[in-house]
Amino acid sequence: MILEYLSYPFVQNALVAGVLISLCAALLGVPLVLKRLSFIGDGLSHVAFGAMAVAGALSLADTMALSLPVTIAAALLLVRAGRGAKTGADAMLAMLSVGAMATGYLVMNLKPSSSNVSGDVCTTLFGSVSILTLTDLDVWLSVGLSLAVCALWLFFYHRIFDMTFDETYAKACGARTALFNSVSAVVIAVVIVISMRLVGTLLVSSLIVVPAIAAMRVAKSFRGVCAVAAVFTVVCSLAGILAAVVAGTPVGSTIVAADIAGFGILSLAGRFKR
Amino acid sequence: MQKLVECRDLLLGYGTHVLAPCPDFNVGPGDCLCVVGHNGSGKTTLLKCIAGLAKPLAGTIEFASDFEDGQIGYLPQQGPMQRDFPASVREVVQSGCQARRGWRPFYSRGEKRRALAAMVRLGIAPLADRCYRELSGGQRQKTLLARALCGNCRLLLLDEPTNGLDAEATADFYRLISRLSADGLAIVMVTHDLTAALAASTHILTLGEDASFKTNERHG
Repeated sequence: MILEYLSYPFVQNALVAGVLISLCAALLGVPLVLKRLSFIGDGLSHVAFGAMAVAGALSLADTMALSLPVTIAAALLLVRAGRGAKTGADAMLAMLSVGAMATGYLVMNLKPSSSNVSGDVCTTLFGSVSILTLTDLDVWLSVGLSLAVCALWLFFYHRIFDMTFDETYAKACGARTALFNSVSAVVIAVVIVISMRLVGTLLVSSLIVVPAIAAMRVAKSFRGVCAVAAVFTVVCSLAGILAAVVAGTPVGSTIVAADIAGFGILSLAGRFKR
Repeated sequence: MQKLVECRDLLLGYGTHVLAPCPDFNVGPGDCLCVVGHNGSGKTTLLKCIAGLAKPLAGTIEFASDFEDGQIGYLPQQGPMQRDFPASVREVVQSGCQARRGWRPFYSRGEKRRALAAMVRLGIAPLADRCYRELSGGQRQKTLLARALCGNCRLLLLDEPTNGLDAEATADFYRLISRLSADGLAIVMVTHDLTAALAASTHILTLGEDASFKTNERHG
């Protein structure tokens, strides 16, 4: 039966786009989780929600045209705040994410882009109910951006390790740490905005965080964590998307459920090994 | 002998806080300078200034003309983050070569060999594939030392390196420091552990009100 589903182009589209998107979210998630910055992914997705709502109210043809620059700006702001501010980036982030969320919902109600406001909100929060809604442009955009992010990540793999393990030492070695942090903030923002289409704003951070913490349960080296996280997320996304197609469940939450189940298995495996 | 680094008329401070002036001092190959002083006297700030991570409020820090970027090995005080980091000892040591790696996306065979040589030199080669978070405090410090050596380090800056080590590991660590300094490495070490540090050091820099720079008479 699965083979039959696989012959539909929209299922193939969803599989390719979904797997690639979750792969780059997982790869970027490893340094984020290790640097104790997981909450940034969550916060940024809320900001992206607000921006998308405003873009919808303005009846922009492509909501990404607004949500992408706004999310990038928020990410850069957070990186800067985390470095110098004394109040701490976490309080700032909490304010920013709740503020953006509230503004988004407010705008959606004030100036609804369709008659079904709660349906719109639900789709933005939890992703498309059916993957049929992914357009060809969506798919190509996701595939292109994901491949670019993965290539960038591979090229800077060792630099990412240096910066994650010991930023002070990297700086003493002459690495341009401020530039690196800004570039990674931009990349994270891009990944969050493109993966939002798939799983929705509320569930995006699970694509970033879960593979990394699951991999940390079993792997003992940085390379191992990255490799396990990559395989983990590919398997879970494939399983999640196929299950969603077959059972007719919402894609985003099915992928996340598969992730959580995978996390449980790896946790058990990690405990067993010790 | 030619000095590696020479500090003159240094005035240290952090934020808006200005500290007492730091006595002039210099460090040459084979010297082991022990920096002492009470809390908040600027010991860590001094190390950061030498490492280029902070700027002194006034004064000059001058390096020997043949001293290159990346020849400083800096061991900051360890944060809680690193202690549970999933990295193998080999990965950590190898990252000492990051300055010479530059834009290349991978380590060359020569750099991998350097990493192995550094591990052998400090006796941690058998730990190469162990996970950093499973090591004892002493083994961790040796891993970070090996990382510094791997980067062709000529000047080693240590910030309270024996913090959290037990008596045996501390003694072991100081023996290692003495050996490295005898091999011609210049070492600047901040510490609270006076007796053991004084035994290992050739010079003593005291910061704070009764600041001074002296040769350690008891050494040797």
